[in-house]
Amino acid sequence: MNIAIASGKGGTGKTTISTNLASYLAESDNVVLADLDVEEPNSKLFLDTELIHKEDKFKMIPEWIEDKCTLCGICQKVCNYHAVIQLGPSILVFPELCHSCYACSELCPDNALPMIPLKMGELAHYKKGNLDFIESRLEIGQELAVPLIAQTIDYVNEKFSDKYIKIYDSPPGTSCPVIEATKDADFVILVTEPTPFGLNDLKLAVETMQELKKEFGIVINRNGLGNAGVEIYCEENNFPILAKIPNSKEIARLYSNGNLIYHQIPEMKASLEKIKQHIYKVWEGLNR
Amino acid sequence: MGGLEPMKEIVIISGKGGTGKTSVTSSFAILAGENAIVADCDVDAADMHILMQPDFEKTEDFYSGELAVINQDDCTQCGVCADVCRFNAIPVINGQYIVNPLSCEGCGYCARVCPTNAITNIDLKVGKWFISNIKTGTTMVHAKLGIGADNSGKLVTKVKNEAKQLAKEQNKDYVLIDGSPGVGCPVVSSLSGAHFVVLVTEPTVSALHDLKRVYKLVKKFNIKAGCIINKWDINEKTGNEIKEYLKEEGILHIADLPYEESFTKAMIQGKAVVEIGESKVAELLKESWETIKQSLT
Repeated sequence: MNIAIASGKGGTGKTTISTNLASYLAESDNVVLADLDVEEPNSKLFLDTELIHKEDKFKMIPEWIEDKCTLCGICQKVCNYHAVIQLGPSILVFPELCHSCYACSELCPDNALPMIPLKMGELAHYKKGNLDFIESRLEIGQELAVPLIAQTIDYVNEKFSDKYIKIYDSPPGTSCPVIEATKDADFVILVTEPTPFGLNDLKLAVETMQELKKEFGIVINRNGLGNAGVEIYCEENNFPILAKIPNSKEIARLYSNGNLIYHQIPEMKASLEKIKQHIYKVWEGLNR
Repeated sequence: MGGLEPMKEIVIISGKGGTGKTSVTSSFAILAGENAIVADCDVDAADMHILMQPDFEKTEDFYSGELAVINQDDCTQCGVCADVCRFNAIPVINGQYIVNPLSCEGCGYCARVCPTNAITNIDLKVGKWFISNIKTGTTMVHAKLGIGADNSGKLVTKVKNEAKQLAKEQNKDYVLIDGSPGVGCPVVSSLSGAHFVVLVTEPTVSALHDLKRVYKLVKKFNIKAGCIINKWDINEKTGNEIKEYLKEEGILHIADLPYEESFTKAMIQGKAVVEIGESKVAELLKESWETIKQSLT
C-alpha cells in the first residue's frame, strides 16, 4: 500500500514522522520509504542505512543540430514554455524552462532537434533490515521538481511489490510537486502544528486532499504549543486525529542531532503504534 | 523616507520550511513600518496575512499556462493526442478521450496534431493576487496559488514585481519579501534582483543541510547574505557548525535567537513578536533589522 506524508506548511514534522514511522513499521513489516522532497531531502540524516545503489536521473531536452536546421521557425512556434527561441541564424534551447513535451523535436520537419538526456538529479537506494530507503536530490539550478519525483516513484514501483508498505515523504505546499507525490497514495497523513500558521496551511492541505479524493488523517505535532484551533477544526469536520506528539525540548534536541525519537521517548512510540493500527485498518479495507 | 538612495529589496528564505521565515519577515515589516512595501512570495502556503491584517483592497485573478480541452463532438477517437502526450494526461474514460487537468502540463502538442482540430487550449487560472493596506500603514502584495497549480514561480514574480512597482511609485526605501522553502522555481523567482538575502535557520542537522543547498543557489545570484539562527540554544554543537559554515562562506552572522515560545504567543494574538511585550527575541530582532539596514548602505 502507498502512504504519503504531507503538510501545507513546511517544518511541521513530515520528515520526523516519515523516518520514525518507517523505522518503527520496519520492525514488523517490509517497508520502503521514499524522500520525495527532492529540493531539500533530509530523511537520510535520520536513518542508519547502507547505500546499495546510486544512479543519475535525467530529463530529456532538445539539442539543436545546426547542419540539419533550415530555420523554419516551427520549433519556436510550438514551444509553449519559451524554452526554444530562434535568435537570428541560430536556435537557442533553455533547458531549465523545458518540460520535455517533445513537441519541438517531433514536429521539426528536418529532425534538427533530437532529444538528449540532461542530468537533473541523483537517486540513491539505501537499505537496512526490513527498511529500504530511496532518496532523490535535485541538482542546484534545476527548477522543476516534478519529473524527478515522477521518476523516483517509478523506481519504487518497479523494485517493490504491493506487499510493501510504501511511505512517501512529500514536499511542502499544495502545488504540482505535492500532487505528484500524493496522487497514487491510498492514504495520506497530514502533519500539522497547533498554531494559526499550522491551521491555515492544514486547511490548504485538506482542500488539496479533498480535491484529489484522498482518504487522510491528521497528526498534530508539538501538541501543547499554541492553541486549540487545529483540534476544534478537526472535530468540527470529523477529520480523524491519528496521534498527538507532545511539544518537547527533548524531542527537539534528538531531532536536531539527527536521531530517531521513538527509541527514547515512549509517547512517540505510542503515537506511532496508533498510526500503525490505523494504517493496518486502511490496508485491510484495500484488500477486501 | 525615500531620498536619493534607490529602493532596496530584501528577501527572507531558509531552504527548510518552518524555521521562522514568516515570523522574522513580519517583525521586520513592523519595524520598517511605512518605509517598506511587503510582499508575501510564499504563494503556495502564504501565512503572512495572519499577522498583517490585510484588507484585500484589490483582488485579481492570475492566469498562467494552458490546459487542453477536447471537444467530444469533433473527436473521432483516433488517439493521436494520447500517443503524443508525454504526461499521460489523456486517458480513455468510458470510451472517450478526456484530459486529466492535474496531469496536463499545457504544452499544446495534442492540439497541434489533432487531425480534426477537436482540441483547444484554454488559459488556466492558477490563483489570485491581492494588494492590501496593512496595519503598519503601508501596502502588502500577496497571493493564493490554486490547488495543484503549476508555475508558482510566475505568480511569485508577479507579486514581487507589483511590490517593486509600488515601492518605486510611493518612494519607499525597502521591499521586504517573504520567500518560500526549497531550491526550485519559486525560490529562484524570489531571489532574482534582490539586494540582500536573510537566511533563517535553526541548529538542526536538517536545517543546516538545507541551508547549504539554498546558499549554493544564492551564490549563483551573487547576492549579499546574512543569517539568523533561530532556537540556537537547542543544539550548541550544530549551532557552532552553522557558525563555522557562515564564516567559511563569508555570510554575515546577524543574530542568535533563543528558543522561546514568544513567536507562537504573538502569532496566536495575530501579531509579530516585536509587537508583544519585551522578549529577548524581540530585542534581538530589532538589533538585526538595524544590522541589515546598515549593511545595505
